[in-house]
Amino acid sequence: MANEAHTDVFQEVHVPEAGHETGFPPFNAETFASQLIWLAITFGLLYMLLSRVALPRIATVLEERRDRIADDLDQAAQSKAKTDEAIAAYEAALADARAKAHEIAQKTRDELTAETDRQRHEIESELSDKATAAEAEIQASKTAALANVAGVATEVTSAIMSSLLGEDSDKAAVEKAVAASLRRGDA
Amino acid sequence: MASGAEQAGGGFPVDPLHQFIVHPIIPIHIGGIDASFTNSSLWMVVTAVAVFAFSFFAVRSRAMVPGRMQSAVEMVYQFIADMVRDSAGHDAQRFFPFIFSLFMFILFANLIGLFPYAFTVTSHIIVTFALAATVFLGVTIIGFVLHGPKFLGLFVPSGVPMLLLPLVVMIEVISYVSRPISHSVRLFANMLAGHITLKVFAGFVISIGAMGGIGIAGAVLPLAMIVGLTALELLVAALQAYVFAILTCMYLHDALHPSH
Repeated sequence: MANEAHTDVFQEVHVPEAGHETGFPPFNAETFASQLIWLAITFGLLYMLLSRVALPRIATVLEERRDRIADDLDQAAQSKAKTDEAIAAYEAALADARAKAHEIAQKTRDELTAETDRQRHEIESELSDKATAAEAEIQASKTAALANVAGVATEVTSAIMSSLLGEDSDKAAVEKAVAASLRRGDA
Repeated sequence: MASGAEQAGGGFPVDPLHQFIVHPIIPIHIGGIDASFTNSSLWMVVTAVAVFAFSFFAVRSRAMVPGRMQSAVEMVYQFIADMVRDSAGHDAQRFFPFIFSLFMFILFANLIGLFPYAFTVTSHIIVTFALAATVFLGVTIIGFVLHGPKFLGLFVPSGVPMLLLPLVVMIEVISYVSRPISHSVRLFANMLAGHITLKVFAGFVISIGAMGGIGIAGAVLPLAMIVGLTALELLVAALQAYVFAILTCMYLHDALHPSH
């Protein structure tokens, strides 16, 4: 190769007439046939190889990449949808729990209030029972006392009458007068 | 170097056309036709192998996250796919492999041709014309197969007065038929001119440098020019491949949608 190159330079420098022997080289018709034949062979083969082998492969690679990117984008969108769903579920659960907690608190409060009320009522009724019993007792004592008062008054009156009059008084008349006097006193 | 300039006897030391000479490496003759494997054929093979290697081995790992080479192949693929879709329409996707092959073959041929001692396949009119003629014939056949006689409607713009119609149709036909010529000459002339310019400036470096002393200092200027021109040629190599491909897309668009 190097040798050939040297020869080329040698020819170009030393034999400037060599090029002109055949005229303008690109218009030298003697070389046309060979150039056409070899162009047809090389370009034809290149076209065949590119269109059958190389280009479909590049197209496949590009298509695979495009598909992959589209797939990945799809997946990302799906993941995002899932995330949104999870967030929504979480929020729903949270709201649910809050509502439940509120409910439980309310229930407990209500229960406690009811219990307190019940106990208060119990105590109150107990107290009122006791008060009623006491009142009844007082009434009984009062009635008894009053009954005694009548007896005592009658006896005292009889005693006074007998000491004043010196004789036993009419017991029935005294009782009647005392009762009337007591009734007057009551009124 | 100096002796070379002296031997040339004041003439230009470097023949800028020498690089375009096609010479046989393996002479092959089939039935009187010269099918020799030439330096041009060699670089066509190199170009095709390079394109295939680039588009095949870079995606070997089929990585989901591409490496550098795979990324480059994918970018070119997307670039051509977008160009075909935008310039030729959605129904042109089945011609994508052809446009891709065409673009890559021309791009690699142009770029490989920039290496010193490499032969520039696309600097020969017969090669670019063969490619352009393939496009022209293919597009015309596709047009007639898809639309039948209606494809001729491409030459009859609507809204033209009857009186002017014959003239307009004639102009349209001529412009259509001259497509392969402009299509091929554009690429061929760009590559040819670029390489000749590079060689001429290289010649300046040698002939000025041969003067010795000040000459060697002066030779830096054309050398700097070569550096700049090489950068420009890189741009032209890519641009012309793109122009060739996008024009093919536009012609294809005409064949697929002939209504003016």
